[in-house]
Amino acid sequence: MLRRALRLGVGRCPLGRGLGTRRGGSTLDWDGKVSDIKKKIQSVLPGGAWNPLYDTSHLPPEHSDVVIVGGGVLGLSVAYWLKRLEKRRGAIQVLVVDRDYTYSHASTVLSVGGIRQQFSLPENIQLSLFSVDFLRNINEYLAVVDDPPLDLQFNPLGYLLLASEKGAAIMENNVKVQRQEGAKVCLMSPEQLRNKFPWINTEGVALASYGLENEGWFDPWCLLQGLRRKVQSMGVRFCHGEVTRFISSSDRMETASGEEVTLKRIHEVHVKMDRSLEYQPVECAIVINAAGAWSGQIAELAGIGKGPPGTLQGTKLPVEPRKRYVYLWHCPQGPGLETPFVTDTSGTYFRREGLGNNYLGGCSPTEEEEPDPGNLEVDHDFFQDKVWPHLAQRVPAFESLKVRSAWAGYYDYNTFDQNGVVGPHPLVVNMYFATGFSGHGLQQAPAVGRAVAEMVLEGHFQTINLSPFLFSRFYLGEKVEERNII
Amino acid sequence: MAAPRAFLHLASSIWKWGPRDIRGLSRTVAPEGSWRKGRALLQFLADHFYDVKALREYLFRKQVLKVHQKNRSFTHIKEQYGPYIAGAYFVLKQGGAVKFQGQEWMQSNGRGRFSLDFFKFQAVPVEAVDASGCAINYQGLDNLLALKELQSLSLQRCPHVDDWCLSRLHQLAGSLQELSLAGCPQVSERGLACLHHLQKLRRLDISDLPAVSNPGLTRILVEEMLPNCEVLGADWAQGLKLGPEEQS
Repeated sequence: MLRRALRLGVGRCPLGRGLGTRRGGSTLDWDGKVSDIKKKIQSVLPGGAWNPLYDTSHLPPEHSDVVIVGGGVLGLSVAYWLKRLEKRRGAIQVLVVDRDYTYSHASTVLSVGGIRQQFSLPENIQLSLFSVDFLRNINEYLAVVDDPPLDLQFNPLGYLLLASEKGAAIMENNVKVQRQEGAKVCLMSPEQLRNKFPWINTEGVALASYGLENEGWFDPWCLLQGLRRKVQSMGVRFCHGEVTRFISSSDRMETASGEEVTLKRIHEVHVKMDRSLEYQPVECAIVINAAGAWSGQIAELAGIGKGPPGTLQGTKLPVEPRKRYVYLWHCPQGPGLETPFVTDTSGTYFRREGLGNNYLGGCSPTEEEEPDPGNLEVDHDFFQDKVWPHLAQRVPAFESLKVRSAWAGYYDYNTFDQNGVVGPHPLVVNMYFATGFSGHGLQQAPAVGRAVAEMVLEGHFQTINLSPFLFSRFYLGEKVEERNII
Repeated sequence: MAAPRAFLHLASSIWKWGPRDIRGLSRTVAPEGSWRKGRALLQFLADHFYDVKALREYLFRKQVLKVHQKNRSFTHIKEQYGPYIAGAYFVLKQGGAVKFQGQEWMQSNGRGRFSLDFFKFQAVPVEAVDASGCAINYQGLDNLLALKELQSLSLQRCPHVDDWCLSRLHQLAGSLQELSLAGCPQVSERGLACLHHLQKLRRLDISDLPAVSNPGLTRILVEEMLPNCEVLGADWAQGLKLGPEEQS
């Protein structure tokens, strides 16, 4: 009797000791439970992404003032200037959507990275001048507290453009315009060329223009990472997903002359997640199309170009991807350390890379030889047939060279006039373009970003007037042609 | 007497942490001891409080503006007395030394004071400038580039002279014979490549440049680029690995 009571007493004692043991669980993982409870409390408090059914941290937010489609250098530049020029800190919520977080096909990182002011249009020269100013002071613009300063690896050696007899007059004219805008360019005759750069064969060259300052090449990946870091510190949200649909509403309105137009406004952007059918509708006020080579597809999603041809509704965005090859070769007797970025009369270009006599270069193919832009495979025969002969003719030392590697990238090629499209669409009133720069987008990105941000925030261009680059020129047929396209 | 002064020194160096971090030390370089704890505390505060972040950004902007202020251009002096006087005034104000043609070297004393006697040398060109350790940057170089008869320029240990500044030196190609860039932390081989415009250069000092990736090879390439110039720099054998028979 006493023994049974003692046994019961001993058995009951632990039960009566504390509340925790009452539940009957034999082991208590107290540390794990505490961290779970902490996570739950954090997600319930304001600012946390709480959804009682499943985790939504990978999805974009449900509302955003501005959605930027495309996270390359142009998209990030627009995001940076929007946050920098906003009137109050935190006034605008910006979301950048990109479907490739590795940037494997992005034109920015596959670019050769040159920057020049030797254009024929004054607007292009001004854009380039401001961009070079931005790059020079990049550690003041993109400074983030506690992060190391950026090293763009800028090489200030300048561009050397060669012209034959027929192009000499145009080149002189261009240099005059460039000097008027403030670029430091000088003209050289074939003898001066031979004195300065003895490795050049000046046969067929009538005139050359050489950029003395503010021209050269740099590392585009560093610029991209710097922009990304700064833009994240300013509060811009990033999302890895693909834009699949725009939900918009239309309004019939009358113009001043009595014609009827249908104005469209985008209300929602559907962002689909990678490798899944899940999508998030993001309610937005403004959409910025900075999708680079794929801007044409994004514009089609918004209904741009769906209409009878010849009308404003039927005018498509004429931007399509064009594949360009870049080759890296080694030439032990090649031009020395002072080699600028040389562009031949035939369109072939090359520049030095590093200290070890390696050179980068390529050539833009003619319209008939355009490669298929479906993939980024490199055609080595193109180098043998089209690039090497011109290189060897211009620089005799390049007769013996060895190709080390090659890659291909896309130009966001504007088939209309090879210049950028900037500004709002006349009918889809809240879609703004920042694309179509056909190979000189990287060097104009900071200035274009500022122009688009001014357009969005103020309604007009304030610093550089880019009205020749608006979308309406495609309908009106006004070509703004740039002669110096490399 | 030493203890309070040492304390003030420490206090002032702690105060300078915030802005100096961004410019000088990088996050990968680990400072030692109490500095590390202080910096970690500042980083934590800046990451979690908007006010601290805004304050640190403000302090950084003030530092940047200070350098800009030092490099402003003296347009009034330039219009009244000419480019030589303006350039000399700029260099003396920064703490450097100036030599007019046919005169002795002029420098400010330790307190930043200098006599304004040289204002009478309006027509005398400036022959040599020693701007070692000065805070000259791209903007401030305007004042030096107006000195068209400059023969010797020393930019040793200038913290803000970088490749962009070197790309501007082509404007002195007509007269510059001696240039020294020793110890500049931001000059790399890409900036040195721009010096090919300076065909009259006879002496070039490119020793001790931490940003140059391969000092020996760079010196050889610069010597090839400027055949008439004597280049002082790293030995070409520096950076080469020892062969098996030379390794002890």
